[in-house]
Amino acid sequence: MASLDRVKVLVLGDSGVGKSSLVHLLCQNQVLGNPSWTVGCSVDVRVHDYKEGTPEEKTYYIEFWDVGGSVGSASSVKSTRAVFYNSVNGIILVHDLTNKKSSQNLYRWSLEALNRDLVPTGVLVTNGDYDREQFADNQIPLLVIGTKLDQIHETKRHEVLTRTAFLAEDFNAEEINLDCTNPRYLAAGSSNAVKLSRFFDKVIEKRYFLRDGNQIPGFPDRKRFGGGTLKSLHYD
Amino acid sequence: MSFLIDSSIMITSQIFFFGFGWLFFMRQLFKDYEVRQYVVQVIFSVTFAFSCTMFELIIFEILGVLNSSSRYFHWKMNLCVILLILVFMVPFYIGYFIVSNIRLLHKQRLLFSCLLWLTFMYFFWKLGDPFPILSPKHGILSIEQLISRVGVIGVTLMALLSGFGAVNCPYTYLSYFLRNVTDTDIVALERRLLQTMDMIISKKKRMAMTRRTMFQKGEVHNKPSGFWGMIKSVTTSAPGSENLTLIQQEVDALEELSRQLFLETADLYATKERIEYSKTFKGKYFNFLGYFFSIYCVWKIFMATINIVFDRVGKTDPVTRGIEITVNYLGIQFDVKFWSQHISFILVGIIIVTSIRGLLITLTKFFYAISSSKSSNVIVLLLAQIMGMYFVSSVLLIRMSMPLEYRTIVTEVLGELQFNFYHRWFDVIFLVSALSSILFLYLAHKQAPEKHMTP
Repeated sequence: MASLDRVKVLVLGDSGVGKSSLVHLLCQNQVLGNPSWTVGCSVDVRVHDYKEGTPEEKTYYIEFWDVGGSVGSASSVKSTRAVFYNSVNGIILVHDLTNKKSSQNLYRWSLEALNRDLVPTGVLVTNGDYDREQFADNQIPLLVIGTKLDQIHETKRHEVLTRTAFLAEDFNAEEINLDCTNPRYLAAGSSNAVKLSRFFDKVIEKRYFLRDGNQIPGFPDRKRFGGGTLKSLHYD
Repeated sequence: MSFLIDSSIMITSQIFFFGFGWLFFMRQLFKDYEVRQYVVQVIFSVTFAFSCTMFELIIFEILGVLNSSSRYFHWKMNLCVILLILVFMVPFYIGYFIVSNIRLLHKQRLLFSCLLWLTFMYFFWKLGDPFPILSPKHGILSIEQLISRVGVIGVTLMALLSGFGAVNCPYTYLSYFLRNVTDTDIVALERRLLQTMDMIISKKKRMAMTRRTMFQKGEVHNKPSGFWGMIKSVTTSAPGSENLTLIQQEVDALEELSRQLFLETADLYATKERIEYSKTFKGKYFNFLGYFFSIYCVWKIFMATINIVFDRVGKTDPVTRGIEITVNYLGIQFDVKFWSQHISFILVGIIIVTSIRGLLITLTKFFYAISSSKSSNVIVLLLAQIMGMYFVSSVLLIRMSMPLEYRTIVTEVLGELQFNFYHRWFDVIFLVSALSSILFLYLAHKQAPEKHMTP
């Protein structure tokens, strides 16, 4: 049973956005009763059926590495965190819908994980073209999740969701908005669950399957395959 | 007329200080968080502004700027406002934000925060009893009652910070204390960390698979919840869930280990960076300063012990004493009045600026270390409270560094407090804090190298 293949997914975001609650919800289908600060990195595992319902169905382990800390930590903490970023197959970026700064900090988080050097200024100006270039040659699938949806008042919801849609577009990623204390957002069959499943399948594909269906042994960080981006398979 | 001019000068400077506090709050303290409650920012900036105004008034006193009666008026007014903030507003808001964080009490926030404030006032009042800080001729609702208590708390804080700072400063600056850290140490520790993570992962994989097979077979794993649940689980428990709880316990232990390894690795990286830094020019300069500071620290501890043992409180300030020495023993004649004013201005100015800067830096470090997005409001207000009390007691203690002719206004404004008591109390707490910091740093230093000697 432990001989199933595995993929590694990082869960990044500012402290207090709800990464630990999210990971607990994804892996144990239960709400986390007593969230406390994550020191270092906490890991959890989910069993996922790749291409569920088709003849090529295969079960994989998905490891969620929930890295704690803030984006402005001391450089010694950042160097220590860097040891968790090796051979990553997918990244989930978590931000708090009630806190704009956590969404802005996602750019710095993703750059830290993708090993790019960032100009050390506090403010990152989002210019659509600039960001697209940074993430254009990125091979690692990203997913943006916004938490604490229940705390956004009805009237402000539209404005907040528009803003997050732009954010997800900058990362060239899908987005999911939910409340980690309510399992119904990820109920089987809901659009969120479908997006999640699609994301996991994409991660598994990039790790284990080339365009012609062969298996890849390892995942090199910055190489491009064939000079272009892989076409993603579409599900109906 | 001159009163109006003076007041407008004071108000302009207050607005300037307010702006500085606001900027500091936004750029330094809260740069990773979002400010949702502007009340917190306003309170912080107002406390900072009024505290700085007090220092400004001291400087004006020495330099003789502004009319003396308007100075006195502004002193009194400033003091009243600051006491109002420190005793009424900030504690109330701290209570309010603490209560807002607790979900249960959310509905009756105001009521509970009033209760918290009353508890705070009770303990604040009781604080004055064991200390001989008041003469009996003060009434119960006088300003001296409040100031004396605020002074006690503030002086304790100052002495604690001073003691720790005096010891920590040479320890940080001197490269003699740097432990030797090589790259192989770091790599070895990282390998252990990743191995621990792998072990956790393999156990979690087993748990996930067990849960999945249990789910598919139709058994539901319920954690025993509540009193009856625990009693039931004694007699009836599915074998799968027993297995799970066992593995969960192993996982908990491994997770604790991984946290420790993470913190140790971060510590090693920090030490390595300091070693790199000490090889640079700036690092060498700080190392040199470190030797001076260690001598200063030893001298201060020595003086504090002498003061306590021989029960003496200095009557003259360093400026006048220095002038006396130069005039009497070295025979150099100069215009005492002129020079004493300028020298005391410089000395007091340096003391003020370094204490403000030191406090702000310490507060920032403290804030980064312990705050999270939920508690950031409460922590900032606590820091504002500490800052206010610190600055009020600085004024109390700075009186000792000023020549006699400038002391009168401080004595007049603050009322007849037992100033000698405060100095004695400062010496005691300083000594205690310095000695315990030395002990603490010694233990921490001794313990660390052994930790990563073991394979």
